[in-house]
Amino acid sequence: MVGPFLALIGRDLRLAFRGGIGSLVSVVFFVIASALFPLGVGPELTLLERIAPGVLWVCALLAAMLSLDRMFHDDHEDGSLEQIALGALPLELVALAKAIAHWLTTGLPLVLAAPVLAVLLNLSTEGFVVLIVSLLIGSPILSLIGSVGAALTVGLRRGGVLLSLLVLPLYVPVLIFGVGAVEAAIHGLGERSHLLILGGGLVGALVLAPFAAAAALRLALE
Amino acid sequence: MAVRANDSGKPAKPEKKRGRTWHALANPARFLRLARAVFPWAAGVAAVCIIAGVVLGLFVVPPDYQQGDAYRIIFVHVPAASLAMIIYAIMALSGAAALIWRHPLADLIGKASAPVGAAFTFINLLTGSLWGQPMWGTWWVWDARLTSMLILFFLYLGYIALHAAFDDPTKGARSSAILALVGAVNLPIIKFSVDWWNTLHQPATISKLDAPSIDSSMIAPLILMFVGFIAYYLLMLTLRIRSEIIARRIRNLRLAQAAR
Repeated sequence: MVGPFLALIGRDLRLAFRGGIGSLVSVVFFVIASALFPLGVGPELTLLERIAPGVLWVCALLAAMLSLDRMFHDDHEDGSLEQIALGALPLELVALAKAIAHWLTTGLPLVLAAPVLAVLLNLSTEGFVVLIVSLLIGSPILSLIGSVGAALTVGLRRGGVLLSLLVLPLYVPVLIFGVGAVEAAIHGLGERSHLLILGGGLVGALVLAPFAAAAALRLALE
Repeated sequence: MAVRANDSGKPAKPEKKRGRTWHALANPARFLRLARAVFPWAAGVAAVCIIAGVVLGLFVVPPDYQQGDAYRIIFVHVPAASLAMIIYAIMALSGAAALIWRHPLADLIGKASAPVGAAFTFINLLTGSLWGQPMWGTWWVWDARLTSMLILFFLYLGYIALHAAFDDPTKGARSSAILALVGAVNLPIIKFSVDWWNTLHQPATISKLDAPSIDSSMIAPLILMFVGFIAYYLLMLTLRIRSEIIARRIRNLRLAQAAR
């Protein structure tokens, strides 16, 4: 079971890697969208410092969401999703592997890009480590919840816009606790509780989301 | 599938276990009979309760010592909030029933409930906003309750949009059933997180006004309106399920004609 699981993740990583710039689009979006905020609200450093945690988290969330519709779409188009479903791996683990691959190709680069953008947005130095940690814990939740939305919309013609409508309301808790952790760290209130709740959310999503995504995939493959 | 099999107007197969009414209702002809029986009762109760509630709430109950006449909007606002949450719970439960038992009626309940629930959520937000203008001096505040109701409204919209996106109604029904269940798991977390976020970001000036202890004379119109809204929901539910069954019948007849 472990072999095919890792093979599936490896396949998706190779596909993303060989796709060239295509897999970096979400990071580029993250950078550009964050850079728009100083242009929109003005360059005062105190104002930017105040809004930096929220801006970074919202932009990371949107960037992670934008790439969701590719999670199952291409495999569904060329028939490889059927092939994978016929294989030995249960669909629940297929969904989990896909979510992990999605996180490795979009979530992780976002985490790596975040500190640079944090400098540009004048984030307080107290918030840097917590921003990275909260993104590290929170972005896999985005990929896992997103896998449910991607699986629900896989066969649809205009799935992309619908996907954002389905997924964004479910992202609200992640955003609140992610930003909450960073702000708590900046104000010296202790970020531990926020990060623990995020961690709990990650564990819950790891267990539950693959089942919902697999149910939706079964429906799409009928 | 059972709906389709019976939709052609053929006499239904006799049920093996007659005692289990829930399963018996999978037969659309039998459900239509029940719906026809429920319909006048629901309509009557809805009309009487809502009219009585409005008259009592607007003219009989004394004005509030602090808020004057503006508080009277709660007789619409509060029952609408309850209905918005009850209907989402019903959608999630019927979604579970649709996925577990493939019960055709459960599919239809979800589809028929969603717009009604979305409308009640919208009424709740709208009346809250209208009340907030004279009371708080602003149309909208990012209060915890307002925010979570807004997110509930988005969840309803997502459900409706997903249901409509599929050409095959049974596929749409089951996809949105999965979404309703995911949403139901998430709703308490969203509620909790919004409460937490709100207490961190805002002082609790508004929540004091939010939960005033209510005078006993104001409870009667509130209960009347609540019962009236529930009856109205049942009315809409039976109406919409009926029209959906008939629409599917027409579709199948057309398909049968085209196949000939």
